[in-house]
Amino acid sequence: MTATVRYDDVEVGAEIPEQVYRVRRIDLVRYAGASGDFNPIHWHERTAKAVGLPDVIAHGMFTMAQAGRLVTDWAGDPGALVEYKVRFSAPVVVPDDDKGAEITVSGVVKEKLDDNRVRIALTARSGGAKVLARSTAVVRLA
Amino acid sequence: MGINREYLGREYRSPQPYEVTRGKIREFADAIGDPNPVYSDTATAHAAGYGDVIAPPTFPVIMGMEAMSQAVVDPELRLDFSRVVHGDQSFDYNRPLQAGDVVETVTRITKISSLGGNELLTLESEMRTVEGEHVLTAVNMLVVRGAADEAAEAGSAEGQGSSA
Repeated sequence: MTATVRYDDVEVGAEIPEQVYRVRRIDLVRYAGASGDFNPIHWHERTAKAVGLPDVIAHGMFTMAQAGRLVTDWAGDPGALVEYKVRFSAPVVVPDDDKGAEITVSGVVKEKLDDNRVRIALTARSGGAKVLARSTAVVRLA
Repeated sequence: MGINREYLGREYRSPQPYEVTRGKIREFADAIGDPNPVYSDTATAHAAGYGDVIAPPTFPVIMGMEAMSQAVVDPELRLDFSRVVHGDQSFDYNRPLQAGDVVETVTRITKISSLGGNELLTLESEMRTVEGEHVLTAVNMLVVRGAADEAAEAGSAEGQGSSA
Protein backbone atom coordinates (compact mmCIF):
# COMPACT_ATOMS: atom_id res chain seq x y z
CA MET A 1 0.00 0.00 0.00
CA THR A 2 1.79 3.09 -1.16
CA ALA A 3 -0.75 5.85 -1.63
CA THR A 4 1.09 9.05 -2.50
CA VAL A 5 -1.43 11.40 -0.89
CA ARG A 6 -0.79 11.89 2.82
CA TYR A 7 -3.73 11.63 5.20
CA ASP A 8 -2.45 14.57 7.24
CA ASP A 9 -2.36 16.78 4.14
CA VAL A 10 -6.02 16.19 3.24
CA GLU A 11 -8.88 18.29 4.59
CA VAL A 12 -12.60 17.61 4.44
CA GLY A 13 -13.95 19.52 1.45
CA ALA A 14 -10.80 19.03 -0.64
CA GLU A 15 -11.75 18.54 -4.28
CA ILE A 16 -10.42 16.00 -6.72
CA PRO A 17 -10.22 17.84 -10.04
CA GLU A 18 -12.79 16.92 -12.65
CA GLN A 19 -11.79 14.51 -15.42
CA VAL A 20 -13.59 13.76 -18.67
CA TYR A 21 -13.59 10.21 -20.02
CA ARG A 22 -14.85 9.42 -23.52
CA VAL A 23 -16.83 6.30 -24.43
CA ARG A 24 -17.62 5.19 -27.98
CA ARG A 25 -19.33 2.08 -29.33
CA ILE A 26 -15.98 0.39 -29.95
CA ASP A 27 -15.11 0.87 -26.26
CA LEU A 28 -18.31 -0.93 -25.27
CA VAL A 29 -17.58 -3.83 -27.62
CA ARG A 30 -14.08 -4.12 -26.16
CA TYR A 31 -15.47 -3.89 -22.62
CA ALA A 32 -18.09 -6.54 -23.36
CA GLY A 33 -15.33 -8.91 -24.44
CA ALA A 34 -13.05 -8.15 -21.49
CA SER A 35 -15.76 -8.31 -18.83
CA GLY A 36 -17.91 -11.09 -20.26
CA ASP A 37 -21.03 -8.88 -20.16
CA PHE A 38 -22.55 -9.33 -23.61
CA ASN A 39 -25.97 -7.91 -22.79
CA PRO A 40 -27.05 -6.63 -26.25
CA ILE A 41 -28.30 -3.30 -24.85
CA HIS A 42 -24.61 -2.34 -24.68
CA TRP A 43 -23.87 -2.86 -28.38
CA HIS A 44 -27.08 -3.58 -30.32
CA GLU A 45 -29.27 -0.56 -31.02
CA ARG A 46 -32.33 -2.55 -32.11
CA THR A 47 -32.42 -4.51 -28.84
CA ALA A 48 -31.81 -1.37 -26.75
CA LYS A 49 -34.71 0.46 -28.40
CA ALA A 50 -36.98 -2.58 -28.26
CA VAL A 51 -36.72 -2.57 -24.44
CA GLY A 52 -37.45 1.17 -24.28
CA LEU A 53 -33.95 2.64 -24.00
CA PRO A 54 -33.16 5.75 -26.07
CA ASP A 55 -30.16 4.03 -27.71
CA VAL A 56 -27.25 1.75 -26.82
CA ILE A 57 -26.10 2.48 -23.25
CA ALA A 58 -22.70 1.97 -21.62
CA HIS A 59 -22.17 -0.86 -19.14
CA GLY A 60 -22.70 0.54 -15.65
CA MET A 61 -19.46 -1.15 -14.67
CA PHE A 62 -17.62 0.76 -17.41
CA THR A 63 -18.78 4.03 -15.85
CA MET A 64 -17.88 2.71 -12.40
CA ALA A 65 -14.38 1.93 -13.69
CA GLN A 66 -13.92 5.52 -14.95
CA ALA A 67 -15.09 7.06 -11.69
CA GLY A 68 -12.85 4.67 -9.77
CA ARG A 69 -9.90 5.75 -11.84
CA LEU A 70 -10.39 9.33 -10.67
CA VAL A 71 -9.87 8.09 -7.11
CA THR A 72 -7.03 5.64 -7.76
CA ASP A 73 -5.10 8.17 -9.89
CA TRP A 74 -5.54 10.74 -7.12
CA ALA A 75 -4.56 8.38 -4.28
CA GLY A 76 -1.61 7.01 -6.25
CA ASP A 77 -2.32 3.34 -5.53
CA PRO A 78 -5.37 1.37 -6.74
CA GLY A 79 -4.72 -1.10 -3.92
CA ALA A 80 -5.46 1.65 -1.39
CA LEU A 81 -9.16 1.41 -2.24
CA VAL A 82 -10.97 -0.17 0.71
CA GLU A 83 -14.60 0.27 -0.27
CA TYR A 84 -16.29 1.49 -3.44
CA LYS A 85 -20.00 1.79 -4.12
CA VAL A 86 -22.11 3.47 -6.78
CA ARG A 87 -25.75 3.86 -7.75
CA PHE A 88 -26.47 4.05 -11.46
CA SER A 89 -29.03 6.87 -11.54
CA ALA A 90 -29.25 7.35 -15.31
CA PRO A 91 -27.78 5.51 -18.29
CA VAL A 92 -24.81 6.79 -20.30
CA VAL A 93 -26.30 6.89 -23.80
CA VAL A 94 -23.69 6.16 -26.46
CA PRO A 95 -24.65 7.27 -29.99
CA ASP A 96 -23.42 5.52 -33.12
CA ASP A 97 -20.89 8.16 -34.19
CA ASP A 98 -17.16 8.82 -33.83
CA LYS A 99 -17.51 11.07 -30.81
CA GLY A 100 -19.58 8.81 -28.59
CA ALA A 101 -20.42 10.14 -25.13
CA GLU A 102 -18.48 11.93 -22.42
CA ILE A 103 -18.46 10.95 -18.75
CA THR A 104 -17.41 13.81 -16.48
CA VAL A 105 -16.29 12.70 -13.02
CA SER A 106 -15.37 14.73 -9.95
CA GLY A 107 -14.86 13.99 -6.28
CA VAL A 108 -14.73 15.66 -2.91
CA VAL A 109 -13.36 14.45 0.43
CA LYS A 110 -16.42 14.05 2.64
CA GLU A 111 -15.05 12.56 5.80
CA LYS A 112 -11.80 11.67 7.51
CA LEU A 113 -11.98 8.23 9.13
CA ASP A 114 -9.62 6.35 11.41
CA ASP A 115 -6.68 4.27 10.20
CA ASN A 116 -5.67 6.93 7.61
CA ARG A 117 -8.87 6.35 5.62
CA VAL A 118 -10.96 9.03 3.94
CA ARG A 119 -14.40 8.84 2.37
CA ILE A 120 -14.78 10.49 -1.02
CA ALA A 121 -18.10 11.41 -2.63
CA LEU A 122 -18.11 10.97 -6.40
CA THR A 123 -20.22 12.66 -9.03
CA ALA A 124 -20.48 11.57 -12.66
CA ARG A 125 -22.44 13.26 -15.43
CA SER A 126 -23.10 12.44 -19.05
CA GLY A 127 -25.30 14.17 -21.60
CA GLY A 128 -26.62 16.56 -18.93
CA ALA A 129 -27.75 13.73 -16.62
CA LYS A 130 -26.32 12.64 -13.31
CA VAL A 131 -25.30 9.06 -14.12
CA LEU A 132 -23.92 8.13 -10.68
CA ALA A 133 -25.63 9.05 -7.40
CA ARG A 134 -24.77 8.35 -3.76
CA SER A 135 -21.42 7.08 -4.91
CA THR A 136 -18.55 6.88 -2.46
CA ALA A 137 -15.06 5.48 -2.21
CA VAL A 138 -13.05 4.85 0.94
CA VAL A 139 -9.28 4.94 0.44
CA ARG A 140 -6.41 4.43 2.86
CA LEU A 141 -3.89 7.22 2.45
CA ALA A 142 -0.22 7.34 3.38
CA MET B 1 -43.95 -13.56 -15.50
CA GLY B 2 -41.64 -11.79 -13.07
CA ILE B 3 -38.69 -13.10 -11.11
CA ASN B 4 -39.35 -16.30 -9.22
CA ARG B 5 -39.58 -15.29 -5.53
CA GLU B 6 -38.72 -18.82 -4.45
CA TYR B 7 -35.15 -18.13 -5.58
CA LEU B 8 -34.44 -15.86 -2.61
CA GLY B 9 -31.39 -17.32 -0.82
CA ARG B 10 -30.35 -19.41 -3.80
CA GLU B 11 -26.59 -19.85 -4.19
CA TYR B 12 -24.51 -20.07 -7.32
CA ARG B 13 -20.92 -21.30 -7.11
CA SER B 14 -18.30 -20.73 -9.74
CA PRO B 15 -18.14 -23.96 -11.77
CA GLN B 16 -14.36 -23.88 -11.34
CA PRO B 17 -11.95 -21.52 -9.59
CA TYR B 18 -11.07 -18.38 -11.56
CA GLU B 19 -7.37 -17.89 -12.26
CA VAL B 20 -6.34 -14.23 -12.30
CA THR B 21 -3.67 -13.85 -14.99
CA ARG B 22 -1.42 -10.99 -16.11
CA GLY B 23 -2.84 -11.21 -19.62
CA LYS B 24 -6.45 -10.90 -18.50
CA ILE B 25 -5.62 -8.00 -16.18
CA ARG B 26 -3.90 -6.18 -19.05
CA GLU B 27 -6.85 -6.85 -21.37
CA PHE B 28 -9.30 -5.53 -18.77
CA ALA B 29 -7.19 -2.44 -17.99
CA ASP B 30 -7.01 -1.73 -21.76
CA ALA B 31 -10.78 -2.12 -22.05
CA ILE B 32 -11.43 0.48 -19.35
CA GLY B 33 -8.69 2.70 -20.84
CA ASP B 34 -6.65 2.85 -17.63
CA PRO B 35 -2.89 3.02 -18.36
CA ASN B 36 -1.75 2.68 -14.70
CA PRO B 37 1.46 0.58 -14.96
CA VAL B 38 0.70 -1.26 -11.70
CA TYR B 39 -1.79 -3.27 -13.83
CA SER B 40 0.68 -4.18 -16.56
CA ASP B 41 4.27 -3.86 -15.36
CA THR B 42 5.59 -6.29 -12.75
CA ALA B 43 8.55 -4.02 -11.84
CA THR B 44 6.10 -1.20 -11.01
CA ALA B 45 3.94 -3.61 -9.03
CA HIS B 46 6.97 -4.88 -7.07
CA ALA B 47 8.09 -1.31 -6.36
CA ALA B 48 4.59 -0.62 -4.99
CA GLY B 49 4.94 -3.57 -2.64
CA TYR B 50 2.89 -6.17 -4.53
CA GLY B 51 3.98 -9.68 -5.43
CA ASP B 52 2.74 -9.26 -9.00
CA VAL B 53 0.59 -6.92 -11.09
CA ILE B 54 -2.71 -6.11 -9.39
CA ALA B 55 -6.15 -5.97 -10.99
CA PRO B 56 -8.27 -2.80 -11.35
CA PRO B 57 -10.93 -2.42 -8.62
CA THR B 58 -13.81 -3.35 -10.93
CA PHE B 59 -12.05 -6.46 -12.31
CA PRO B 60 -14.18 -8.78 -10.10
CA VAL B 61 -17.11 -8.04 -12.44
CA ILE B 62 -15.67 -10.92 -14.50
CA MET B 63 -16.24 -13.45 -11.74
CA GLY B 64 -19.57 -11.84 -10.92
CA MET B 65 -20.67 -12.26 -14.54
CA GLU B 66 -19.92 -15.98 -14.35
CA ALA B 67 -22.39 -16.35 -11.51
CA MET B 68 -24.91 -14.11 -13.22
CA SER B 69 -24.61 -16.16 -16.41
CA GLN B 70 -25.73 -19.19 -14.44
CA ALA B 71 -28.75 -17.28 -13.13
CA VAL B 72 -29.60 -15.87 -16.56
CA VAL B 73 -29.76 -19.29 -18.19
CA ASP B 74 -31.74 -20.78 -15.28
CA PRO B 75 -35.25 -20.76 -16.80
CA GLU B 76 -36.93 -21.17 -13.40
CA LEU B 77 -35.57 -17.80 -12.19
CA ARG B 78 -37.43 -16.10 -15.08
CA LEU B 79 -34.89 -13.32 -15.55
CA ASP B 80 -35.26 -11.47 -18.88
CA PHE B 81 -31.64 -10.40 -19.37
CA SER B 82 -32.45 -7.93 -22.18
CA ARG B 83 -34.57 -6.00 -19.65
CA VAL B 84 -31.82 -5.93 -17.03
CA VAL B 85 -29.98 -2.72 -16.22
CA HIS B 86 -27.51 -2.29 -13.40
CA GLY B 87 -29.02 -0.52 -10.36
CA ASP B 88 -26.13 -0.31 -7.96
CA GLN B 89 -22.87 -1.98 -7.15
CA SER B 90 -20.55 -2.08 -4.18
CA PHE B 91 -17.19 -3.63 -3.41
CA ASP B 92 -15.56 -4.16 -0.03
CA TYR B 93 -11.91 -5.03 -0.45
CA ASN B 94 -9.65 -6.86 1.92
CA ARG B 95 -6.86 -6.40 -0.62
CA PRO B 96 -6.59 -5.97 -4.42
CA LEU B 97 -6.73 -9.05 -6.61
CA GLN B 98 -3.37 -9.83 -8.18
CA ALA B 99 -2.00 -12.06 -10.90
CA GLY B 100 -1.64 -15.59 -9.60
CA ASP B 101 -4.70 -15.50 -7.37
CA VAL B 102 -7.04 -18.43 -7.88
CA VAL B 103 -10.46 -17.34 -6.70
CA GLU B 104 -13.70 -19.08 -5.85
CA THR B 105 -16.90 -17.06 -5.94
CA VAL B 106 -20.09 -17.87 -4.09
CA THR B 107 -23.02 -15.69 -5.18
CA ARG B 108 -26.26 -15.59 -3.23
CA ILE B 109 -29.60 -13.99 -4.14
CA THR B 110 -30.14 -11.81 -1.06
CA LYS B 111 -33.18 -9.75 -2.10
CA ILE B 112 -35.99 -9.79 -4.66
CA SER B 113 -38.41 -6.87 -4.62
CA SER B 114 -40.56 -4.56 -6.71
CA LEU B 115 -40.29 -0.81 -7.14
CA GLY B 116 -42.59 1.12 -9.44
CA GLY B 117 -43.00 -1.03 -12.53
CA ASN B 118 -39.61 -2.65 -12.09
CA GLU B 119 -38.24 -5.63 -10.23
CA LEU B 120 -35.02 -5.54 -8.24
CA LEU B 121 -32.69 -8.48 -7.76
CA THR B 122 -29.74 -8.26 -5.35
CA LEU B 123 -26.80 -10.64 -5.62
CA GLU B 124 -24.01 -10.82 -3.06
CA SER B 125 -20.72 -12.43 -4.09
CA GLU B 126 -17.98 -13.53 -1.71
CA MET B 127 -14.64 -14.02 -3.40
CA ARG B 128 -11.94 -16.08 -1.68
CA THR B 129 -8.71 -17.62 -2.82
CA VAL B 130 -8.65 -21.41 -3.00
CA GLU B 131 -6.48 -21.18 0.14
CA GLY B 132 -9.49 -19.65 1.90
CA GLU B 133 -8.35 -16.00 2.12
CA HIS B 134 -11.23 -13.55 1.79
CA VAL B 135 -10.30 -11.02 -0.92
CA LEU B 136 -13.48 -9.05 -1.46
CA THR B 137 -17.26 -8.97 -1.28
CA ALA B 138 -19.31 -7.58 -4.15
CA VAL B 139 -22.99 -6.63 -3.97
CA ASN B 140 -24.85 -6.13 -7.20
CA MET B 141 -28.42 -4.87 -7.56
CA LEU B 142 -30.07 -5.46 -10.91
CA VAL B 143 -33.17 -3.69 -12.17
CA VAL B 144 -35.46 -5.68 -14.44
CA ARG B 145 -37.29 -2.94 -16.29
CA GLY B 146 -41.04 -3.27 -16.59
CA ALA B 147 -41.16 -6.75 -15.07
CA ALA B 148 -43.27 -6.05 -11.96
CA ASP B 149 -46.59 -5.60 -13.77
CA GLU B 150 -46.19 -9.00 -15.32
CA ALA B 151 -45.40 -10.46 -11.89
CA ALA B 152 -48.58 -8.94 -10.48
CA GLU B 153 -50.60 -10.27 -13.39
CA ALA B 154 -49.23 -13.71 -12.65
CA GLY B 155 -51.00 -13.36 -9.29
CA SER B 156 -48.13 -14.54 -7.14
CA ALA B 157 -48.64 -13.52 -3.51
CA GLU B 158 -44.92 -12.96 -3.06
CA GLY B 159 -44.82 -10.77 -6.14
CA GLN B 160 -47.61 -8.51 -4.88
CA GLY B 161 -46.52 -8.45 -1.29
CA SER B 162 -42.96 -7.22 -1.57
CA SER B 163 -41.64 -3.77 -2.20
CA ALA B 164 -38.24 -2.12 -1.98
